[in-house]
Amino acid sequence: MEQLDQTLAAIAAADTPDAVEALRVAALGKQGWVSALLKTLGAMTPDQRQAEGPRIHAAREAVTAALAARKADLESAALDARLAAERVDLTLPAPETPRGSVHPVSQVMDELAEIFADLGFAVASGPEIEDDWHNFTALNMPETHPARAMHDTFYFPDRDAAGRAMLLRTHTSPVQIRTMLSQGAPLRIIAPGRVYRSDSDATHTPMFHQIEGLVIDKGIHLGHLKWTLETFLKAFFEREDIVLRLRPSYFPFTEPSVEVDVGFTLVGGKRVVGGDGDALGGGWMEVLGSGMVNRHVIAASGLDPDEWQGFAFGTGVDRLAMLKYGMDDLRAFFDGDARWLAHYGFAALDVPTLSGGVGVRS
Amino acid sequence: MKFALSWLKQHLETQADAATIARALTALGLEIEGVSDASAALGAFRVARVLTAERHPQADKLQVLSVDIGDGTPLQVVCGAPNARAGLIGVLGLPGAVVPANGMELRKSAIRGVESNGMMCSTRELGLGDEHDGIIELPADAPLGISFAHYLGSDPVFDVAITPNRPDCMGVYGIARDLAAAGIGTLRPIAVDHVPGSYPCPIDVRTDDPEGCPAFYGRVIRGVRNGPSPQWLADALKSAGQRPISALVDITNYVMLAYGRPAHAYDLAKLRGAVVARKAVAGETVHTLNGREYTLDATMTVIADDVMVHDVAGIMGGEHSGCSDATTDVLLEVAYFDRQAISRTGQALALTSDARSRFERGVDPGFLDTGLDLLTALICQICGGEPSHVVRAGEPPLADKLVAYDPALAARLGGIDVPQAEQRRILDALGFGVSGEGLWRVAVPGWRCDIDAAPDIVEEVIRVHGLDAVPSTPLPRAPGVAKPTATPAQTLERRLRRLAAARGSHEAVTWSFLPWLQANHFADLDNPVWHLANPISKDLEAMRPSLLPGLLMAVQRNLDRGATSIRLFEIGRRYLRGADGASAEAPSLAVVLAGERHPRGWAQGKAAPFDAFDAKAEALALLAEAGAPVDNLMVMGEAGAQFHPGQSATLRLGPKTVLARFGMVHPATLKAFDLAGPVAVVELFLDRLPAKKTAGSFARAAYAPPPLQAVTRDFAFLLPIDRPAGDLVRAVRGADKANIVAARVFDDFRGAGVPEGQRSLAIEITLQPVDKSYDEAALKAIAERVVAAAAKLGGTLRG
Repeated sequence: MEQLDQTLAAIAAADTPDAVEALRVAALGKQGWVSALLKTLGAMTPDQRQAEGPRIHAAREAVTAALAARKADLESAALDARLAAERVDLTLPAPETPRGSVHPVSQVMDELAEIFADLGFAVASGPEIEDDWHNFTALNMPETHPARAMHDTFYFPDRDAAGRAMLLRTHTSPVQIRTMLSQGAPLRIIAPGRVYRSDSDATHTPMFHQIEGLVIDKGIHLGHLKWTLETFLKAFFEREDIVLRLRPSYFPFTEPSVEVDVGFTLVGGKRVVGGDGDALGGGWMEVLGSGMVNRHVIAASGLDPDEWQGFAFGTGVDRLAMLKYGMDDLRAFFDGDARWLAHYGFAALDVPTLSGGVGVRS
Repeated sequence: MKFALSWLKQHLETQADAATIARALTALGLEIEGVSDASAALGAFRVARVLTAERHPQADKLQVLSVDIGDGTPLQVVCGAPNARAGLIGVLGLPGAVVPANGMELRKSAIRGVESNGMMCSTRELGLGDEHDGIIELPADAPLGISFAHYLGSDPVFDVAITPNRPDCMGVYGIARDLAAAGIGTLRPIAVDHVPGSYPCPIDVRTDDPEGCPAFYGRVIRGVRNGPSPQWLADALKSAGQRPISALVDITNYVMLAYGRPAHAYDLAKLRGAVVARKAVAGETVHTLNGREYTLDATMTVIADDVMVHDVAGIMGGEHSGCSDATTDVLLEVAYFDRQAISRTGQALALTSDARSRFERGVDPGFLDTGLDLLTALICQICGGEPSHVVRAGEPPLADKLVAYDPALAARLGGIDVPQAEQRRILDALGFGVSGEGLWRVAVPGWRCDIDAAPDIVEEVIRVHGLDAVPSTPLPRAPGVAKPTATPAQTLERRLRRLAAARGSHEAVTWSFLPWLQANHFADLDNPVWHLANPISKDLEAMRPSLLPGLLMAVQRNLDRGATSIRLFEIGRRYLRGADGASAEAPSLAVVLAGERHPRGWAQGKAAPFDAFDAKAEALALLAEAGAPVDNLMVMGEAGAQFHPGQSATLRLGPKTVLARFGMVHPATLKAFDLAGPVAVVELFLDRLPAKKTAGSFARAAYAPPPLQAVTRDFAFLLPIDRPAGDLVRAVRGADKANIVAARVFDDFRGAGVPEGQRSLAIEITLQPVDKSYDEAALKAIAERVVAAAAKLGGTLRG
C-alpha cells in the first residue's frame, strides 16, 4: 500500500484546510483511490475479500483519522494565531469608576440609631428653626434665667404667630418637648440633628450635630441613666474597658444633673477612649450632659410629673466621630473638601449592623 | 473661680492634700479645671546674695555681679536691674533653669564679652506678678542657696468651674462648706464681731427703687489710710487672678471672693447729698471703673447722689467716687439687688463684672449685716478709721423656704438608697434644716436660691454621697428581638445616601447658613430667606433655601485646590417659611457634578465634562430608589432661573408636583459663585415624594413570565426639531397598549438627508404577544397604529 504511505505523508504535510480537503477528496471522494479500492471488494472472491477487506478498511480509517487530526491541528494553529493577534495590553488602565463616600457624621448617626434601636429607642426629629418657648422656656429656662447666657443663641428678627421669638435651636432638647407633647408617655427616643451656637474657634463651629436621648416611664432613675450611657458607649466604641466618671452638674432641664466624663489613655499623643482616667497616662474628657428630666419640663410637656419620670442626655455627634475615627479638626467636617471626604468618609456598603459590628475598622 | 489652698484652709480645717481636694471638688460638682502651683516651676531657682556689683566695662546699664549661693564659690552674673547692688538677697536662675514667664532655658553665656553664669530674676520673670522694675529683693534672713520653690512654700491654686446655680460657691467659704459636707475637713465658722459705730452715719442713704434694690445697708468709716494692701491680702487676690489695687478696693474684692458677697466703697468726699438707689433717668450716663461711659435707661437701677450716678447698681462702680490713695472717709454699700433686674441691665449694657455674676445668680439675702461687719473689721484693721452707725434702708427678701421631702425619693429618683441618717447629716452639713419624720420638712438656707423642690434635695444628697456609688441598673427590655425604629423618612434618607455614595459621589455636610447673596440667589420671591439677626459673620447669615448654593461654594473651593472632577451630594434641610411665622424645613438631596465626567484616556480619548444627562441619570436613579414611578414622570421645564434654560428640566408627578429639578447651571449663577466651568446639578425634594406604603405584605406578586417571546421592531420618524423625543415615546407607547410594552429612542439624527428644521428619531418598540405569536397581518396592523400615533405629532415615517 504505497499509496497509503504517500497519502498519509501528504496529509501530514498539508498546511491549509484547503489542502487537507483536496487530499480527502483524492482519497475518500467518489473518485478517490480508497473509494476505488472499496469498490473492488464486491468483485472479489470470499477468500480474497477475507484477505483484502481488512486491509482496505484499515487504509480508509487511517486516512480518515489522519485527516481529522490534521484538520484539528490546523484549526488550533489558526485559533492560536488569531488570539495572538487579538492580544491587548492589560497593563493599560481599565475605565475608572468614581468611588463615593458617606460623611462620618451620617455614618455615626446610623451607628447610634442601630445601637439605640437595640435598646428600644426610636428616632425622633424636630425643626432647627425653633421658637424660644420650645428651645428655652419649656426647658425650664425662663427669660432671665442665667443659663440662657450660657448659650450664645442665633436669633431671627422674626416672631411666630404666637409672638414667640424665632431662633436656631441651641440643642436637640426641644425635640424632647415636641415628642412628649405629640406622643405622650412612656417614651424612648433619640433625636439626632444639627444645632447652632454663636461660637467659633479651633474646637467650636457655629453649627454642629447633637444627639439627644430621652426615656420617660414609671420608676426610671439615675441608675438606669448610668447603665444606659455605659452600655451605649461600650457598644459605640466596641470596647469593654470604658470607664465613666459621673459628675454632678447643672442644666435647667434636668434635676439632678450629671455630666459624664469618659476615661482615655494617651497613645502616641492621641486620646484613645478606654481605661481609667485616673490611671497613669490617662485622663478624663467630657462626653455627655445628662440628668433626670426636671419636673417643670415634664409638666410643660403635658405629662404629670408625679406619675412619669425619666432621664435625658445629649452629646456631640461630631465629637463622637472624632474620638472614634481620629479626625482632629472639626472645621473640616463642613468644608466639603473631596480629599477629606475620600479619606474619612465611609463606603456605601459600610452599613452599621449589630451582627456585622456597628463600627468600621481602618 | 480661683483660690489658693492657703485661702481655703482659712475656712476649712483639713489635712487633705491638693490632689484629694481637687478630686473631691469635681465629685461634688465643682469641676476642677486645673490646679497650678507657681512654686513647682521654681525648683531650679536659688536664693542668692549679691556680694559685689561693678559697672560692666562695655555697657552703661549693665552690672557685673558676684553672687553667692551659699557654697562658698561666688558666681559671676551680668545683670541689668537698677536695684542690683551689693548685699541684696534675691533669686538666681542657674544654667538649665527654665524661666516661667517665657519658657526660655537659661544658659551660661557671654553678655557683651563678660561671662554670665545665670540670671537674677524679677517677679514677672518668675510668673509671680507683674513687677519688672527690678530684681526680687528678699528679707535679709532668707537662707542662701535653698531652692526658691522651697523658700516660697507650695501653695497650689485651684481653678474651679462654678455652674450658674451655685452662687454660694462663688466664694471660698461656700466651697469650704461643700468640702466639709463631703468629709474633707471641718468648716470654720465665720469669726467676726459686730464693730459698733461711734457716731450717726453722716450721709443719708435710702432706696427709692424697692424692686430693683430692696435693701441698701451702709455706714461711713472716717479717717482711713488707703494705700497698698498688706502682703497676705495682695497674695490672696493674686491667687484668685485679681490685681491688687488699693487696700480699700482690695478689701471689698476680698470679701466678695471669700464669701460671695459683693460690696462697694465710695469716697465720701466725692458724694453730694443723699446717696439713693433709684431707677436711672433715660439718657443718664455714668463713667465706670473700667474706663468706659454707659448710657442708661429707665429700667436700670443706679446708686446716685444729688449730682450724678455713682454706680450701675450691683454691676460696676463709677470712676468719680471710686476710692483712691487720697481717700480718707469711705461710705460702704452692702445692698441686695433683684437678680433679674441685674441680669437685664448687664445684658443691655453688655457689661460683665464679678459683682454682676454673683448678684444675677443670687446672693444670700441674709448676709448683709455679716458682710458689712466683715468689711468694717478688715478696713479698721488694715486702714484704721472710725466707723459710724449702720444705716439700713429697705429690707432684703428673707424667705423661709421649706421643701417637703420624702427621703425615699433618693432611691426612687436617684437610684441609690442612702440611709436616712446619712441624708440628714449631708443636709445639716450643707446648712439645710431638717425637721419632721416620714415626710421631711427641709429648710433651705438663704445662700441656696437654686433649691426649689424635692428633686433638688435628692441632688444634694446624691452629689455629696457620691454619684459613683449609684449602681448601674439595666433599663427594662421589651421581650424578643429589638423592633425596627426608623421612620419611613429616615429609611428613605439612608437608602438615598448610600445609593448616591455607591454611584460615586462624596457626601458633604455644608453650613445651614450662607452669605446673603448666595442664599438669595436660590430663593423664591414669595418665600424670603430666613436671615439671622446676630450672625457670627457675613458669610453665615442667611438660611439656605436650597442645598445647591452651599454645594456650589464647596465645588468652588475644591476647584481652587486643583480638583479636576468633583461629585458631591448632600442630604439635609432647606429652610423655608411656613404658615403663622413658623419654620417650614424640608428634606432635600442635591448632587453637584463639576469638571470632568471622565479624564482623557487611551480608550475614551479626550476628557469629557459632565452634561445635563449625567444629572438626569443621577436624578432618575435616586428617584427610582426612592420608590417614585420614574417611568411615568413628566419631564418639564421651569427648573428655575439658576439653570441653563435650554439644558435643564423638572421631573414631575403630575403637572404640579415637582419631585426634582436637574440640569446645567446658568452661566450667570456660575459667575455669581465664581465658578469657571460648566456644572451639572440635581435637586430632589424628598418631602414631595409619594409616601411609601409601610403596612404592605412582604410577599411579592406571583412570578408569571410571558409564555411567548417578545419581538422588537424599529421605526424612524422625521419630526419637527423642537418636538421633544419624550412626546414621541409616550405617543408610540400609547398607540397599542395591549401589545407595546416598551419604546426606546436609539438614534437622534439631524443633517444630511434630513430636511432643515427636522430631525430623525429612531425608536425601538418591544411587542409582547399574549396567547399567540404575531403573524404578518398583526405586525402590520401594529406598525400602522405606531405610524398613525407619530403622525399626530407631525412625524412621518422615513423610507
